[in-house]
Amino acid sequence: MSISFTLDGREVEARAGETIWQVARREGVEIPHLCYSPAPGYRADGNCRACMVEVEGERVLAPSCLRRPSPGMKVATDSARSKAARAMVMELLLADQPPREAAHDPDSKFWRWADKLGVTESRFPARHAPAPDVSHPAMAVQLDACIHCGLCVRACREVQVNDVIGMGRRGHHAKIVFDLDDPMGHSTCVACGECVQACPTGALMPSSVLDKEGRKSREPDRSVDSLCPYCGVGCQLTYQIEGNKILQVDGRDGPANHNRLCVKGRFGFDYVAHPQRLTRPLIRKPDVPKDADDFVDPSDPSTHFREATWDEALDVAAAGLRTIRDTFGGRALAGFGSAKGSNEEAYLFQKLVRTGFGGNNVDHCTRLCHASSVAALIETIGSGAVTAPFSECVHSDVIVVIGANPTVNHPVAATFIKGAARRGAKLVVIDPRGQGLSRHATHHLRFKPGSDVALLNALIHVIIEEGLYDRAYVDRFTSGFEELRARTFAFSPEKMAPVCGVDASTLREVARLYGRARSALIFWGMGISQHVHGTDNARCLIALALLCGQVGRPGSGLHPLRGQNNVQGASDAGLIPMFLPDYHRTNDPAAHADFEKYWGVNLDPEPGLTVVEIMAAILRGSIRGMYIMGENPAMSDPDARHAREALAKLDHLVVQEIFLTETARHADVILPSTAFPEKTGTFTNTDRRVQIGRAALQPPGDARQDWWIVRDLARRLGLGWNYEHPSEIYEELRGCMPSIRGISWGRLEREGAVTYPCPSESDPGHELIFAEGFPTPTGRGKLVPAEVSPPDELPDDAYPMVLTTGRLLEHWHTGSMTRRATVLDRIEPEAAVHVAPADLRRLGANPGDRLRVSTRRGSIELAARSDRDVPPGLIFIPFCFAEAAANLLTNPALDPFGKIPEFKFCAAKVEATGAG
Amino acid sequence: MPAFEPVLTRNFAVPDSQTLRAYESRGGYQASRKAITEMDPDKVVQIVKDSELRGRGGAGFPCGLKWSFLPKDRQETFMCVNGDESEPATFNNRLLIERDPHQFIEGILISCFATKAATAYVYLRFEYIHAFRIMERAIAEAREAGHLGKNIYGSGFDLEIYCHRGAGAYICGEETGLIESLEGKRGWPRIKPPFPAIEGAFRKPTVVNNVETLACVPHIIERGADWFKSIGTPKSYGPKLYCVSGHVNKQVCVELPLGVTTRELIEDHAGGVWKGRKVKATVPGGISMGVMSADEMDVKLDFEDIKKTGCLGLGTAAVTVMDDQTSMVDYLYNTSRFFAHESCGQCTPCREGTGWMYKIFKRIKAGGGRLEDLDVLTMMANNMGLTPGTTICGLADGAAWPVKNVLAKFRPELEEYIKKNQSSKPLVTPLQKAIAAGTVAEPVALGGRVYPAPQPALRSPGGS
Ligand SMILES: Cc1cc2nc3c(=O)[nH]c(=O)nc-3n(C[C@H](O)[C@H](O)[C@H](O)COP(=O)(O)O)c2cc1C
Ligand code: SF4
Ligand code: SF4
Ligand code: SF4
Ligand code: FES
Repeated sequence: MSISFTLDGREVEARAGETIWQVARREGVEIPHLCYSPAPGYRADGNCRACMVEVEGERVLAPSCLRRPSPGMKVATDSARSKAARAMVMELLLADQPPREAAHDPDSKFWRWADKLGVTESRFPARHAPAPDVSHPAMAVQLDACIHCGLCVRACREVQVNDVIGMGRRGHHAKIVFDLDDPMGHSTCVACGECVQACPTGALMPSSVLDKEGRKSREPDRSVDSLCPYCGVGCQLTYQIEGNKILQVDGRDGPANHNRLCVKGRFGFDYVAHPQRLTRPLIRKPDVPKDADDFVDPSDPSTHFREATWDEALDVAAAGLRTIRDTFGGRALAGFGSAKGSNEEAYLFQKLVRTGFGGNNVDHCTRLCHASSVAALIETIGSGAVTAPFSECVHSDVIVVIGANPTVNHPVAATFIKGAARRGAKLVVIDPRGQGLSRHATHHLRFKPGSDVALLNALIHVIIEEGLYDRAYVDRFTSGFEELRARTFAFSPEKMAPVCGVDASTLREVARLYGRARSALIFWGMGISQHVHGTDNARCLIALALLCGQVGRPGSGLHPLRGQNNVQGASDAGLIPMFLPDYHRTNDPAAHADFEKYWGVNLDPEPGLTVVEIMAAILRGSIRGMYIMGENPAMSDPDARHAREALAKLDHLVVQEIFLTETARHADVILPSTAFPEKTGTFTNTDRRVQIGRAALQPPGDARQDWWIVRDLARRLGLGWNYEHPSEIYEELRGCMPSIRGISWGRLEREGAVTYPCPSESDPGHELIFAEGFPTPTGRGKLVPAEVSPPDELPDDAYPMVLTTGRLLEHWHTGSMTRRATVLDRIEPEAAVHVAPADLRRLGANPGDRLRVSTRRGSIELAARSDRDVPPGLIFIPFCFAEAAANLLTNPALDPFGKIPEFKFCAAKVEATGAG
Repeated sequence: MPAFEPVLTRNFAVPDSQTLRAYESRGGYQASRKAITEMDPDKVVQIVKDSELRGRGGAGFPCGLKWSFLPKDRQETFMCVNGDESEPATFNNRLLIERDPHQFIEGILISCFATKAATAYVYLRFEYIHAFRIMERAIAEAREAGHLGKNIYGSGFDLEIYCHRGAGAYICGEETGLIESLEGKRGWPRIKPPFPAIEGAFRKPTVVNNVETLACVPHIIERGADWFKSIGTPKSYGPKLYCVSGHVNKQVCVELPLGVTTRELIEDHAGGVWKGRKVKATVPGGISMGVMSADEMDVKLDFEDIKKTGCLGLGTAAVTVMDDQTSMVDYLYNTSRFFAHESCGQCTPCREGTGWMYKIFKRIKAGGGRLEDLDVLTMMANNMGLTPGTTICGLADGAAWPVKNVLAKFRPELEEYIKKNQSSKPLVTPLQKAIAAGTVAEPVALGGRVYPAPQPALRSPGGS
């Protein structure tokens, strides 16, 4: 479909869809451009007129950034007329600029083009320069440099779909505005920084590189391509570094993020340089007893700990573990690895527990997020991962988002969902709380918390009874249809409406929408999984997709949005008690034999205990020692007081961390490790993409690489490990994980990201899977009916409200990193409970007043926030604030299959404390 | 030449001319009936093509030709009627709508039939609330009588007309700005190609025509293309409503054959220049067309001849007369203020160019002009607009032309003014004001940081 035309007298080819500018660039002809950005997702707008070219036979000049050549067209990029027009544009724009000496960014794209075109002076008077706006903690707005190219508007509205920036006023008074011309820091800006990355002039810049005068005063001396350390989206980014300090973070064109980032990835990086970083190994002082309610100041651990050398610390750490193992057996030890660590670290850690401790008590926070989803997925379709990447939603007719709040927790994935909705996909949001996606949704079902199964069964009922399911698909690829039909027969929307609080006609409408969609994708999050009926919730969603054949085709699939950056990879690598690497059951005789051979040791076939079970086992006295790498159960476990009691009761606790977390307070030995930007390793995102992160900084003080620490501890437990580089560990993992066989370390270094399953080096990797059946013994997906079961703890007179927990956009998980990131903590500095305005009035409290929230397990005090997205009767508390830890309140009741606690529902009571 | 018989305005004086009854009693809706029941759409297009009717909205583009650009295989077509009429001194569309709405509706009806459009939007200038009400009433009446709605005259042809009011922006008269505004967006002209005929309102093939253009169509159908071509001058056929305003005794809108002269308009129809003064300059067709000097009063006001004067075109044929006591500095100050205010701000040459022109004229007027300003202005005027090919729409041409024409025709007066009017007081800066008021000079409040002082003027006034 290519055509040929003449460019500056030369015959050239244009590929389908290419603009003149793009062809010219390919041909090595430079055309100035200001309002156009070749970055993905940016529509050419043709407004700056810096790229004008002359087309023979046409009266007016054409913007080359926008114009597509037609066959035989004769284009001159260097005609006198086009050159004069372009030079005049630069001169006009230059007039308004602060002089070069005072430029905010003297190397901006604008100045580079001015230099190239030799335009240094302007004969025109300057316009009134708007005052700088430094209201935002992370970005400076200095519109005296603005050239009105509108790239920031496209960045905010079309790329990130945040709809904050607009072009206000008209003509010569045109001005970039945030919301209704509010200061940026007071606007609804979510600080994704996309506009800053797009601005070609320095009018929008990260404050981190500016001096007091608003001029760029700091330059990176090198840059390192790596990944974002936070969520499961897996954004690729570039660290701009000065000395050993990150100055700025830019989004990179990774397959998951296309240059986009969110506030955490872009501005949440200075935690690595926080003064509270652990830099020397610490050993508990002999005279300091452990206490569940103990507090250790992370800035001064000397009250409880003394510094030690690595040799001493590792010896003490190993001795304790060894003693317990040799006295009580391997099952008396347990380890928590981390979904924040790399695949190599996860693999090594579980190998240490299985081969060095001699049991299977190894788990990590996946237990707390998607264990139930994975349980349901493995049970029904034989695989715990997503069937399609989230970006596939751009091809969907219908997108269902249930129990997830992607604009907060997976912000970059949300940009794809919002973009798809804007282009016409029907978006159905199912969540009791309002959220960022509601505005883009065609339907938002705000059902009664905890009634998920009733609602989903009603949808299944309609799809079956109205014959909307895909008969051929059901016949060919599923089993259990008749039973599902019989078991959901009683769940008519009319009967379920009062149970779930959504009227029957809406339930029918949504069921029909999904049932009739050509392609439909379901996203879910912890609102589905963190319930005692979490596995049942997920079964219903899988049944919906299987009934309608919405798996394995473009735009269709099942996508549990994974939370941590490497929760997929850590699970794959076997950091879970019942599975060896690649999801082989510990008690599967064949796998057991294979791994005994692969590792050359005897293995315990008995599945280990899960996170919450381990805590209970400690209190029972059957587990006596633990090794925790990068997890913070004292904050993240439900009923955290109980977890803290357990940690304090341990005879020996080794914690490997970057900060002295709430968990590390109870440690016997603390081993200082490396933060994300200090390590090289592979990470698997929510899409099953294996990506490589590269070390950008030197670790502080005597902090060591995590794999190095695990290795040296292992050596002291009698394992003859001699890994010298993460690549060796990765290759060992690859040797026992057929799905990544084609993804060698070298390939990752070259390509940056490959999606598994990928059986061979020449295979590009597979994003959409299960087009033709499932990896189950029968090849069919199982339809598993779910019964309605109530949440474990219902509100009553003493505790009349429902408490639900979750995250904030700015704070990651327990906050150990983000609370120490300056920008993030300035945007969200204070613990708050989100309350419906009506409830707040009923309590006689104003926003900002202190409230006491209590449950049967504990009570905390924090500020009130009035939040219209919260329905009356519900309260929401983010679990990131150590000073008011939400998990002191939550209910540890478990889902029977996934062993996941019910973080999303418990009975609570709220009182005003009177203090403002 | 036979005596000219007005057609477009022939009902204006009839009592109740806005009513369907009055219109039908004067032979109204016969042409539409004839076209819809006896002709096929292509035939109508052909007749309009043959008549060589040119658009009355400003650009003078041949109407039939524009219709024939619509893709043959289109599924859906929209008609947008341009009643934004924001060109200063232009008011013929308003009279056409207010005095004879049914003639206009009949024109829309035939044109929609010809272009196979089942929906027509009439985009009305915000201030035309009266015309809007009249149109709403007339549309209801016409629908009631079966001239609009489903299956008109039993032909199977359907048409609905909707009136849409603008929000007071000149740029929404530009055809693609109009479409964007109609779609509910900011009135920013689109970059062409694609032209509206291919991708217009709601991304569907669309025709944009002026009110007066469409008002001519029933008469062409009724009397034939040859009749139409018997009126006017070569390449400029048919009757035209000329508006005359400014320094005349009687401000009027008269229907005349295309090709009258300014002198005829002033002397025969507007009662001559007021206060017994002489003409200094005239604006031929809305201020965006430029300026004619008193020597050019015998040039024919049609689509072709007028270009000999260096003006942009006939525009809306709204003539504004300036008497010999008018200052051209004031004139340019006013026009440049208008365009700086009305530029949509989308493309650089226009957004920045109109702003600076205004600022420079403001300074000249205040007594701070420099002779070299005039060169910069000429350069700027020559480089902004569709004519040099640098902008997205023609507003910039409109802003440039008055400057270009005045500088070419009245430069000595401007030079004289600059030399004579050098204000002894330096212009007051915000900082000086702050100092005078005794307030603390806060650089931020004054709009930015303190930059090095600007270079002094290269030449002083009168010193060259
Ligand atoms: C800045 C600008 C303003 C315009 N305003 C009007 C207007 O108010 N009314 C109008 O009919 N045409 C206006 N036009 C011309 C239209 O773009 C378009 O050419 C016209 O509506 C086509 O109709 P016609 O072919 O029937 O003349 C304007 C053009 C420009 C560049
Ligand atoms: S930072 Fe993001 S949300 Fe904020 S204004 Fe820029 S693009 Fe919009
Ligand atoms: S702030 Fe930057 S990106 Fe936005 S319009 Fe101005 S120059 Fe363009
Ligand atoms: S020429 Fe002026 S009015 Fe037209 S698009 Fe450009 S800025 Fe807007
Ligand atoms: S880069 Fe093409 S018009 Fe701005």
